[in-house]
Amino acid sequence: MSLIELKDIRKSFYGVEVLHGVNFVLQPGTVHALMGENGAGKSTLMKVIAGVHAADSGKVLMEGKEVEITSPAKAREMGIAMIHQELSAEQEMSVAENIFLGREPGKFGFIDYRKMYKDTNDLLNELGIHLDAKAKMKQLRVADQQMVEIAKAISQNAKVVIMDEPTSSITDREVERLFEIIRRLKKAGVGIIYISHKMDEIFQICDEMTVLRDGNYINTFKADEIDENGLIRNMVGRDLDTQFPKEHSKIGETILSVEHLTRANEYEDISFELHRGEILGFVGLVGAGRTELMKSIFGMTKPDSGRIVLDGKEVHFKAPKQAIKNGIAYVTEDRKGEGLVLPMSVENNITLVALADLGKGGFTQKSKETEVSAEQIKSLGIKVARPSIAVKSLSGGNQQKVVLAKWMISNPHILIFDEPTRGIDVGAKAEIYKIMSDYVSKGNAIIMVSSEMPEAMGMSDRIIVLSNHKFSGELDRSEFSEEAIAQMQFKYMQNKQGEE
Amino acid sequence: MSGANKQKAAVRQRKMTKKQFIATYGSLIGLIALIIIITVIRPRFLGGANIRNVLRNASINGLLAVGMTFVVLTGGIDLSVGAIMGCAGMYSAYFAQAVLGYPVIVAVLIGLAVGLAFGLFNGFCIAYLRVPAFVGTLGAMSVADGLKFLLTDAKPIPNLNEEFEFIGGGSIGPIPVPCIIMVIVLIICFVLLYKTRYGRYVFAVGGNQNAAHVSGINTKKIIFSVYILAGVLSALAGIIMTARVTSGVTSTGDGYETDAIAMVVIGGTSLAGGKGRLWGTIVGIMIMQVLSTGLDMLGVNTYYQMLVKGFVVIGAVMLDSLSSD
Repeated sequence: MSLIELKDIRKSFYGVEVLHGVNFVLQPGTVHALMGENGAGKSTLMKVIAGVHAADSGKVLMEGKEVEITSPAKAREMGIAMIHQELSAEQEMSVAENIFLGREPGKFGFIDYRKMYKDTNDLLNELGIHLDAKAKMKQLRVADQQMVEIAKAISQNAKVVIMDEPTSSITDREVERLFEIIRRLKKAGVGIIYISHKMDEIFQICDEMTVLRDGNYINTFKADEIDENGLIRNMVGRDLDTQFPKEHSKIGETILSVEHLTRANEYEDISFELHRGEILGFVGLVGAGRTELMKSIFGMTKPDSGRIVLDGKEVHFKAPKQAIKNGIAYVTEDRKGEGLVLPMSVENNITLVALADLGKGGFTQKSKETEVSAEQIKSLGIKVARPSIAVKSLSGGNQQKVVLAKWMISNPHILIFDEPTRGIDVGAKAEIYKIMSDYVSKGNAIIMVSSEMPEAMGMSDRIIVLSNHKFSGELDRSEFSEEAIAQMQFKYMQNKQGEE
Repeated sequence: MSGANKQKAAVRQRKMTKKQFIATYGSLIGLIALIIIITVIRPRFLGGANIRNVLRNASINGLLAVGMTFVVLTGGIDLSVGAIMGCAGMYSAYFAQAVLGYPVIVAVLIGLAVGLAFGLFNGFCIAYLRVPAFVGTLGAMSVADGLKFLLTDAKPIPNLNEEFEFIGGGSIGPIPVPCIIMVIVLIICFVLLYKTRYGRYVFAVGGNQNAAHVSGINTKKIIFSVYILAGVLSALAGIIMTARVTSGVTSTGDGYETDAIAMVVIGGTSLAGGKGRLWGTIVGIMIMQVLSTGLDMLGVNTYYQMLVKGFVVIGAVMLDSLSSD
């Protein structure tokens, strides 16, 4: 008997139907991927299961019985747990306190801490999670916090666990550990709904895949019935010409060279050269020091030693402002945290960097701003009803394009692109890659930090690998292979592994 | 069938705009309703003398709210505005004493300098020393109170220069001088906030300080500057108020910071920063002023007025957050 079954689910918001009769069946002891581009209706469907939204019509069956999931609390009671994309743990509380939040053991309002810690340790051992029950959440890595959330769900006797992009901010090795836990849950008969944009993972862990497109149910496949291209075709409803529109542009003279750059505990003795027309990939595990290095090049932090030479002149940027003046742009990995001013309009976000060039004196010029942002919206293909709407209402792909637009106005020569397509759907990804290729073909250069191996290998002309803050190797496009890169990633990790 | 659907969608859309309409104009409608109700009961509320009186008071108290709007837009708060108002008022009164015989401009500049000094102090602590705004300005409030009392050992300063008193009590034609000052300040602030790069950066810093920094904005300078603006405008209010009551009294500005914050939030500016409007603050200023003058005319006891004001603030913010999702 299936764990949960959704039949012909329909849901509208403000008179617009976003789910047009979707079906979904989850079997016990399986991992079921829910696939689709952003806006396909995955999140809405999951929120129906988790009790956040009520369906307008259709049936929900839980272990064969028709049920109504009217609230998140009801969903939890029925054994449905959702591990959120953005973790929602109490950072100042311990692992045990988080797991038992709201149902602490004890009497008369007092908490029996001994029992709580013991139960937590038992639970963690059972799941093979090696964490200290007394550690504060804020001391844990994102991956470990996720483990705690999963443990919490299991301790509440969850039969259905929904995971929304669980691997978006954890390293490959941590992904392995996550999969280990998922396999244990499978054995225990738990059904897992897995939402991810990462194809290799889907095929590694999932048993079945259900594809949604524009709120329509497309089909459900067994993992061995379909391949990656087939899946993408079903998701986008068309063939993507090539996933990586890499054009071989002419590599020109050196535009930036970094010599022996060091900043304590962030990166050590890093040297490299960047050429016109080139996409230089930076690969490494999370925490290897890639983003930290980029922040120094962009003037956000000061290196302890070493030189940065731009167009033959040594530079010392004290703030991003100076880097921007010298033609460097930085699309950060944290789009919402550092890329966009969310309450501001699309137009005002686009003109934020170049505002000084778009006005006279200290004054802004509305007409010019409108003109320039309209140009960018058109040339980057940003889908937006009006430029005056708040940027927070846009999808991830369109938001990323707004960040790009903001930089492109001032014609930078060097674009630092940190995780270009994180959390972006397949269709928009291809568009971002196209924009990158066009950009370098005009004699500009890109430094791309990427944690997605296919992306790094698909788009880079050269790849530099960092390992544990150090330079561990450099590969030309002809030498790219996953094995070589993986080896380099772990080159300086030995000691650390021993410690763990 | 599709026609019916379209109609439904159109109705829904109208509902949406109704919601937005309330979010945008709710406080303005409230203000108009308030004026109508009070006028019906006491027609003399709309008399020329009373209107001038309301506007004169609104201009003085409102200066604090205008500065506060900038601070709140950056995601900060300034609890010291009332104390700066009192302190600056006292110091300008000291130099405006008729017996000393200084020109009026000296008293005014001294008062403004006090406000500037506190603004610099607040801004420096908050932007560069990373003291949370709530704590930093709470400290400044106590310092300003102390300096105010120390000047005369808490005794009032009577017998001010008549020209000085004109700043608060005088009129040019039928228009009270404080109103003229307020209009000038408002014009400058509107231009600053909506027509200059500086204003855009104020919104950007409040909306997302990290993103603003990465975009090449000197976010510390922006944060620094809004406290200076708030300090100077508070001092200006203190000078005008002192001139109006014709003596330096230590109770000037007491508790005005809460009124100023109330005026800003009634006007729809979010305490989280990055979202708000200056004209909303003007509506907020008028609501608070019409309430206190109107309730006075209706003979409502001051203590009951406090209850009413409290609920008005909560109600206005509730309306705002319920109507915007």
